[in-house]
Amino acid sequence: MSSFCRLVLLGFFGVSLLSACSPPPALAQENPYFVAYDHYLEEPGNLEIEYFSTFGTQRNGNNFHAYWAEFEYGATAWWTTEFYLDGQTTFHDSTIFTGFRWENRFRPLKHEHWINPILYAEFEDVNGADKILKEVVGHDVEADKAGLNAEARAEREREFELKLILSSNLKGWNVSENIIAVKNIKNNPWEFGYALAASRPLALKASAKRCTLCPQNFVAGVEMYGGLGDRHSFGLHDTSHYLAPALAWNLPSGWTLRISPGFGLNDNSHKFLMRWGVSREITGFGSMVSRLFGGRK
Amino acid sequence: MKVIATALAISISFLAVSVVLAHTQNAGDKLAAGAAPKYDPVVYAELQKAPEKARNRPNPLQNDPDAVAAGAILFGQHCAECHGDAARGGKKGPSLRAAEVQGAAPGAIFWILTNGVVRKGMPVWSKVPEPQRWQLVRYIKSLGETAPATATESAAPQP
Repeated sequence: MSSFCRLVLLGFFGVSLLSACSPPPALAQENPYFVAYDHYLEEPGNLEIEYFSTFGTQRNGNNFHAYWAEFEYGATAWWTTEFYLDGQTTFHDSTIFTGFRWENRFRPLKHEHWINPILYAEFEDVNGADKILKEVVGHDVEADKAGLNAEARAEREREFELKLILSSNLKGWNVSENIIAVKNIKNNPWEFGYALAASRPLALKASAKRCTLCPQNFVAGVEMYGGLGDRHSFGLHDTSHYLAPALAWNLPSGWTLRISPGFGLNDNSHKFLMRWGVSREITGFGSMVSRLFGGRK
Repeated sequence: MKVIATALAISISFLAVSVVLAHTQNAGDKLAAGAAPKYDPVVYAELQKAPEKARNRPNPLQNDPDAVAAGAILFGQHCAECHGDAARGGKKGPSLRAAEVQGAAPGAIFWILTNGVVRKGMPVWSKVPEPQRWQLVRYIKSLGETAPATATESAAPQP
């Protein structure tokens, strides 16, 4: 089974490498967010390959390093689909593959508005050892992550996740609010969470010369996210919350680097989360795949 | 094993959807080598949909000496993939040297950039900050100054 798993991962790695090496890059104009979403979808036919890491401190347990690979494809100008593979290393314990996610984002409105809604639907099949903290919902608390991997991985979490993403632009600022609802397909109640974020490029006008370190290539922001309880006990008690400044650097070569130190805001939260990520946008991936299968050049 | 099988099934469907979409997107991609693609004037009709208020907005960077150069770089980074390196039209996007674009008000072009033509494949570009969108408009309009657009560039319907 593990060799089969390796084969699947190798396949993804191969596709990623092929994509990363061949077509021309486009300058990504990415926000620095790790948890929150804004209303921008992937350009149609483009593929963005992303790797993200989260280092987390753990009281009454071992610190961990969780990571995920993300393949984001612009199916149309109003639909983006993404596939994730998650894993984690818990120090002094083990390294394990923790599951996959498949998410879709839809833009229901044709034009830009004061507030732009995006509908988000995700299915995830992960085990209890998953620690990427892609969202915080319900009564998720630090103590949930303290167990040994061998025990935690036995627990299966198959969940549907819905989000209402609201995002606005104002004088160069992007402000995004995400309302999250998660339902385990077992008989668990709906759980709720939120993510808020704001960001702005360091310069709004582009330079007349090509440059890597120009201020317009940097986007700085801040995220705040946490749980809101569940259907039976909605509210802030026994929930965890985080505040995280974030910075993205969009390189002209098509790469984007992101970094974000996060701080727990209450005793239920991990004290510190250090996140970083690297991504690359591949233009014309759809056409490339089409040609591979004999499509028109 | 079930998880892996599901993951594999999803990957295959992901790839299949990509192929189907790519074929669809390439359907109108029949360009003769070296020839400027021809576009149905209907594709430019979106410019007419810009509200009057948007159309009447002047370009605040009209007299900025760096706007054209900056816009050219931005065009290469964000637009050339679809509209072609020289903005004569590409696989997905029409020529921006066409009379319809060169004759359009800067505010109308800015409005298209901001709102996209989502149902026809052009994404929303409001993630590019407003001054950069105006720099792009300045560059696009400058294409008409250097190489006057001809009606034939857009008149012939797509084969």
